[in-house]
Amino acid sequence: MTSLMNWLPIMLLGVPLAGAVALIVPSRPDGAAGGRSLRVHGLAVSGITFALSVVLAVAFDYGDAARVQFETDMAWIPGLDLRFHLGVDGISLPLVVLTALLTFLCFVYLSWGKADGPGQLLRPAPAGTRPRALVFTLLVLEVGMIGTFLALDLLLFFVFFEIVLIPMYFVIAIWGGRARRTAAIKFILYTLLGSVVLLLGLLLIWAQTGTLDVIALARAQGTGMSRSVQIIAFVAVGIGLAVKTPMWPLHTWLPDAHTEAPTVGSVLLAGVLLKMGTYGFARIAIPVLPDGAAAVAPWLGAFAVVGIIYGALACLAQRDLKRMIAYSSIGHMGFVLLGFATLTPVGVNAALFGNIAHGLITGLLFFVAGAVKERYGTADMPALGGGMLSRLPHLGSLLTFACIASLGLPGLAGFWGEMLALLGAFEPAPGLSRPLFLTFMAVGGIGAVLTAAYFLVMLSRVTHGRPVDTVHVPALAGSGPAEEAVAADYGTLPLTGTSGAGAGGSADEDDSGRRDGQPGPRAAGDAAGFRDVMRHELVAWTPLVGLILLFGLWPKALLLVTDPVVRTLVGAP
Amino acid sequence: MIIFAALAVLLPFLSAAAGLLGSRWPGHARDEQGDERANRRAAWVAVVPTGISAVLAGWLAATHGAGFGGGEVLTSSPSGGTGNGGPGTDGVTGTLTVVDTGSIPISVGLVVDDLAATAGVLVTVVALAVQIYSVGYLRGDRRYPSYSAFISLFTSAMLLVVYAADLLVLYVGWEIMGLCSYLLIGHWWEDRANSRAAVKAFLVTRLGDVGFLFGIFVLGAAADSFKINDVLAAVPQMSSGTLIAATLLLLAGVAGKSAQVPLHTWLPDAMAGPTPISALIHAATMVAAGIFIVARLYPAFLAAGPTLDVLAVLAALGMLGAALAALAQDDLKRVLAYSTISQLAYMAAALAAGSDSAAIFHLVTHGAFKALLFLCAGAVIHAVGSNLMSMMGGLRKELPITFVTMTIGFAALMGLPPASGFFSKDEVLAAVEQAVSQGPLTDAAALLLYGSALATVAVTGAYSTRAWLRTFFGTRPIVALPEPAPGTARVIETHEAPATMKWPIIVLAVPALLLGLVRIADVHWGTAGLSVAVALLGAGAVYAVWRSDPLSDPARMLGPLRAPCERAFYVDSVYQWVFARPVLALARLVVRTDDRVVDGAVRGSGRVTLGLSGLVRLTQNGNAQLYVTGLLAGVLLISVGAVMFG
Repeated sequence: MTSLMNWLPIMLLGVPLAGAVALIVPSRPDGAAGGRSLRVHGLAVSGITFALSVVLAVAFDYGDAARVQFETDMAWIPGLDLRFHLGVDGISLPLVVLTALLTFLCFVYLSWGKADGPGQLLRPAPAGTRPRALVFTLLVLEVGMIGTFLALDLLLFFVFFEIVLIPMYFVIAIWGGRARRTAAIKFILYTLLGSVVLLLGLLLIWAQTGTLDVIALARAQGTGMSRSVQIIAFVAVGIGLAVKTPMWPLHTWLPDAHTEAPTVGSVLLAGVLLKMGTYGFARIAIPVLPDGAAAVAPWLGAFAVVGIIYGALACLAQRDLKRMIAYSSIGHMGFVLLGFATLTPVGVNAALFGNIAHGLITGLLFFVAGAVKERYGTADMPALGGGMLSRLPHLGSLLTFACIASLGLPGLAGFWGEMLALLGAFEPAPGLSRPLFLTFMAVGGIGAVLTAAYFLVMLSRVTHGRPVDTVHVPALAGSGPAEEAVAADYGTLPLTGTSGAGAGGSADEDDSGRRDGQPGPRAAGDAAGFRDVMRHELVAWTPLVGLILLFGLWPKALLLVTDPVVRTLVGAP
Repeated sequence: MIIFAALAVLLPFLSAAAGLLGSRWPGHARDEQGDERANRRAAWVAVVPTGISAVLAGWLAATHGAGFGGGEVLTSSPSGGTGNGGPGTDGVTGTLTVVDTGSIPISVGLVVDDLAATAGVLVTVVALAVQIYSVGYLRGDRRYPSYSAFISLFTSAMLLVVYAADLLVLYVGWEIMGLCSYLLIGHWWEDRANSRAAVKAFLVTRLGDVGFLFGIFVLGAAADSFKINDVLAAVPQMSSGTLIAATLLLLAGVAGKSAQVPLHTWLPDAMAGPTPISALIHAATMVAAGIFIVARLYPAFLAAGPTLDVLAVLAALGMLGAALAALAQDDLKRVLAYSTISQLAYMAAALAAGSDSAAIFHLVTHGAFKALLFLCAGAVIHAVGSNLMSMMGGLRKELPITFVTMTIGFAALMGLPPASGFFSKDEVLAAVEQAVSQGPLTDAAALLLYGSALATVAVTGAYSTRAWLRTFFGTRPIVALPEPAPGTARVIETHEAPATMKWPIIVLAVPALLLGLVRIADVHWGTAGLSVAVALLGAGAVYAVWRSDPLSDPARMLGPLRAPCERAFYVDSVYQWVFARPVLALARLVVRTDDRVVDGAVRGSGRVTLGLSGLVRLTQNGNAQLYVTGLLAGVLLISVGAVMFG
């Protein structure tokens, strides 16, 4: 039994990899049947991977979350002392499950929709959306993401860390928006540059200690490295991870990448890729280099709170919805980094909690923002006008829900990460300057208010008010020539979204003004491609809504997993 | 025991979830009939659980408190006893689980003691009345299901605040209340002004809440626990610096939630919401939560003298300023909103003066009579189709029931016997009077507070009388009404409200009139006589001015002060200039900086690289002669080097 279970991490990597490889085998060209089998393929592979991750979570021994479980340790390249070393503990388990879940949901989103629905990149279209390549890319991406969280060898971690970049580059560069090329090149050059610095840092650790085993290094707590070496290594590793996180001022690749990426790309980018950077802090930088961390922590905290304020202010003046959410990520990651910077168990717990919460919430936000963009043909807020709650009540409600979760309302997942990070900053680890961290806490608190400000102002602009009658041509990606014919029926179609759409928002909101207003022209205007939440969207989003509520109302579900391991990593000075 | 408290909290929460998800399930018909069906179902889903919660809260109070009459409960044993004696020892505590955070654990638990039981009854009874009232008030509104679900969610959150045994659990409820307030103020979001008011309410209270959270941190860290009982038990061991810092930070949250100076500006704007919401959230319960929390942690506040001084000064400023502002408003709901700020300041004054029992007493009676006033105002607005008092007048004949009940409400607000407000205001004034000679306050603060409290009694009498006269007496101006905007009722004929609106008003009028009698033995007759005389003085002045010209506004007696009062002393404009605009300017600056400097550096590095590569490319000119020359030069250098260093 246990030996079988030990294969789980390998299968988590193997299944998507095999799924991707299977696509290379030439088969019939993409016809209608081919498209269908392709969708089933992607759905099945990611579904099995997700199921495996659930098995992993169920089989995980929560009584001993600090221990690395399901360990696989094989020699890989003996000459370099490189080992294929995988395993799961309380830090990585939630992230592995999150990754598998988000990838699966992306496939659900891509596969279950009607042919004319928004975001259907897997449908054959005249413009050529290369569905087979997309499935391949996403599966390879999944291998890299899960591998990053499973790896327990420094170089193996780095390898997976890098694998992720290439498929993401293609996702942005091929399926992105208008300025996709520039954004993709900026993304890959910037993150590769960060990776070089990260590699230098990892090699420095290797050169000093002679091992690449993360567990052994964490147990050694930095013995074998002088303080100055640790500081240099921490700075190098930290910069590499901070680019990915992203930390202010190394963030400018993010807004461009997010704005141009297709919906699934944005979701995975925000939901998982950013987590790889912060995960590196929890897995490598802080446990392996405690002295370096202690020395650099004030700087890390300072950059973090600057990022919080800066991100919030940047959001306040954004015009583009997706760009705004991208900047909001910088602020949220600022809270995560602030948690790490405190070097206390509560702070690191906060960071890990914030990680997961941000993955769920921002994943949902990008799903919804993508849906908005595909319907209105733009994500420019002035062009969106307003009155989304009357035009698309369910979508507007979900947007409201996601924004409220993102601004850190207690009772939803986003709160606990922020609150615990501030609590950590209130009593930072011994050796750190308390007044400095109290300042950070106060600044972070102001950042929380500003976060609420930009989200509410955005909601007010986009969802409230009366809808403008100018109808933008919806750029329904993947919609064929049949679009116009179907569009005429939109007005009479029953709403495909069930009432479940409003799990936390106001599902039943509709425009009361529509009745007293002029129903004729407006209804006709609404018919031009404005369909409320559709089935495939709902199926993909509901799990996120549910988990946001679950972790918000029952934070213990997550803290139970992370707390024991965090205490062993950070608790002992 | 605790399971009933948990049920009382959970039932409205489940009702909210059911109302949001299930009102239109399984059909999605969005026609008239479907709406009506959904509204009917939503009404049942909303009212029944709230009713059960009210029964549970009443039962908790009955088995726990002492001295009550009717369905309304009031602890006659002053809850100050909890403060000075063994804190929280009389409460029943239940803990569901403990969440390890890595430092101080959070214990998810509830506590029922006198204070919680009393407040719980107030919350559930007013919530029930408002839920029933809303059925009639929002008849035909398509968004009624979400509206009633948000009220249920609010009820649940407020009960969580009331019964919470842990400060962070309390904070969760505290913030969710703010969210519900935001959602409900913005109920008619078609109008941008309502949307703005909702955002403002949320942001201003959240600003205070950040301070509140930090205050919780300070207390929790000092006591090494977030449990309220542990925190109160640890108060004697805390240094005064810690206590002052903690209580001042908490006070920020209190000022935000309870709309006290300087964070009061959101409340008048919040009147953009439907009137029942104003009654429930912005008069009776949520805004009282700030007062409640001070009473909850009263030992900590009593041990922090400077905080009480600050509270006293803020209360003194707030009560008089808000009362003067109320005197000049034309919008009936805004009159009541400013009056709420002023009455909450009375409660804060009682707390500052050292009497939490007087504050809680006034909180309960104010909850009853202010909710009554708002519901009556709603009936008036429903009948007239406008919020403005200049559109009203002479309504006592057309709305006899509303007239009688609202008269009771105004009498209680002015503090006239035998209405409930007379008794509670008397206790507050007596406490403040006592604070002048002894107590935790410095003399200057106490004197300021006392003077301000007496002046406010007069102004309260004046603005109540003005509103009463302008609404129910005189004649109504004949004005062609414009198309009613969302936010006002759609009915134009003036007649009494439907039964669902009438009965909650009548039921609430009973406690508003009689609740004070439970404390009749405690009346300080000297103070009481003084305050009634002062109130009548204010009322008489207004009456005299009104009598001379019943058609024009008695606010003209303010003279040059009228414009500043109407604009509430321009605090809003000042905040606009000092906070809102600079932040927005800063935001634009950040966007520019991000593009030009931060990203500019990135793009610049790319251009520099390209430029450098252009330079290097110059050598790659295809000239074979040059290449060979370079090659030979390299070989020469290497061999020379090998000879020299080798």
